[in-house]
Amino acid sequence: MQINEIVEKLGLMVLVGEDNLKADVTGGYVADLLSCVIAGAKPHDLWITLQTHVNIVAVAALKEVAGIIVAEGATVPDATLEKAAQQGVVMLSSPQPVYETVKQLVALGL
Amino acid sequence: MKNRFALLSLLGGGGGLGKVQELIREIRVGRVMTTSLFTVAPDALMSELKELMRGHHISGVPVVENGALAGIVSIEDLIHALEAAKLDSPVCDFMTSSNLIVARATEPIMEAVRRFEATKIGRMPVLDTQGKLVGILTRGDIIEALLTALQEVYGEAERIQDHPDYFFEALESDSTSLVLRYNVKHLDFARGGDASAKIKQALLRIGALPVLARRVAIATYEAEINLIIHTDNGGTITADIKPYEISVLAEDRGPGIEDVELARQPGFSTATSEVREMGFGAGMGLVNIDRCTDDMSIWSALGIGTRLQMIFRVSPEEAKRNGND
Repeated sequence: MQINEIVEKLGLMVLVGEDNLKADVTGGYVADLLSCVIAGAKPHDLWITLQTHVNIVAVAALKEVAGIIVAEGATVPDATLEKAAQQGVVMLSSPQPVYETVKQLVALGL
Repeated sequence: MKNRFALLSLLGGGGGLGKVQELIREIRVGRVMTTSLFTVAPDALMSELKELMRGHHISGVPVVENGALAGIVSIEDLIHALEAAKLDSPVCDFMTSSNLIVARATEPIMEAVRRFEATKIGRMPVLDTQGKLVGILTRGDIIEALLTALQEVYGEAERIQDHPDYFFEALESDSTSLVLRYNVKHLDFARGGDASAKIKQALLRIGALPVLARRVAIATYEAEINLIIHTDNGGTITADIKPYEISVLAEDRGPGIEDVELARQPGFSTATSEVREMGFGAGMGLVNIDRCTDDMSIWSALGIGTRLQMIFRVSPEEAKRNGND
């Protein structure tokens, strides 16, 4: 499944990465503790989190995830958005809490 | 032709393509000139010159008398002789003998380029340091030499691109390393992950497969974050890259780890609450490093500092293969 399909079906807002939405997504990972993401996320996963600190970008890039979904419509600081743009990390925003967001993704077949 | 040399002359002066610049300053006339010389005596006839030029496809011939350069006669001179119907006149009637423009075998072709650009001549006799005639240099010779040299340069670049281990193979030694060093500052979260990202990129650039670059980057990232979170004054990360083994060292000068065994327990962390709010402090850093590395060792002493050494051995699956495998 491609990111743009997910963005459309879940009504997500694209914060960073308008040009990279054709990338494939093959799974998901949920965690707010960065070391857990480092240990558990796989390339092409969508990472769903409430963290918005600039360091989520480095972690996302390292693990080569398809993108980050920040849940609960949390405000993402400019520093994070800038770093994401610079590193080519796709950032999306969901108005729903993490649990609901995950349920929607599972319903899509992810 | 003239424009081309004006451009080359400009390139020699400091603008434009670095490699061409380098080449026209380095390459000497002696290397580029034609040495198998045809010469004529001043009293040879223009009709003989015509046969010489036609038979050997040359456009200019030095005139030599008693072993010394007396002048130069070119195809333009031959045309003048033809127009005046004076093919049975001697060469000395038509040759250029005064204000002869010459080149020295030892000078860089840059100088010859300048001279070609400033005059309309098509060729120059080349003299050695004693003033003896040793060759002839044409505009075409310079172009050909540059093209050949550039081809070698780009050929080399292509070889490195196709076979990045060429970088290691081309340099002779008992063992070659590429060493990358990074400084990491305490609490510099904005740049957290920069060193590991750069090491990853470097590895991919020199031909490491993604699976190898990834595990090196992940382990280095955890070490980098530890330097940011837990040190007094930050530290350094040094990646020593060899074709089949990568060693990454993370070092700092304090405060030191009180109990290394405890620190290695999953879930144990001494991170402050501010740091935990950012998602760090899960206590899985050293555990993650252990999982990604082939060998890991920690040396630490309170009040002195910590040395974390990570070794990654390139497995056969991770060694870069060329297209034939």
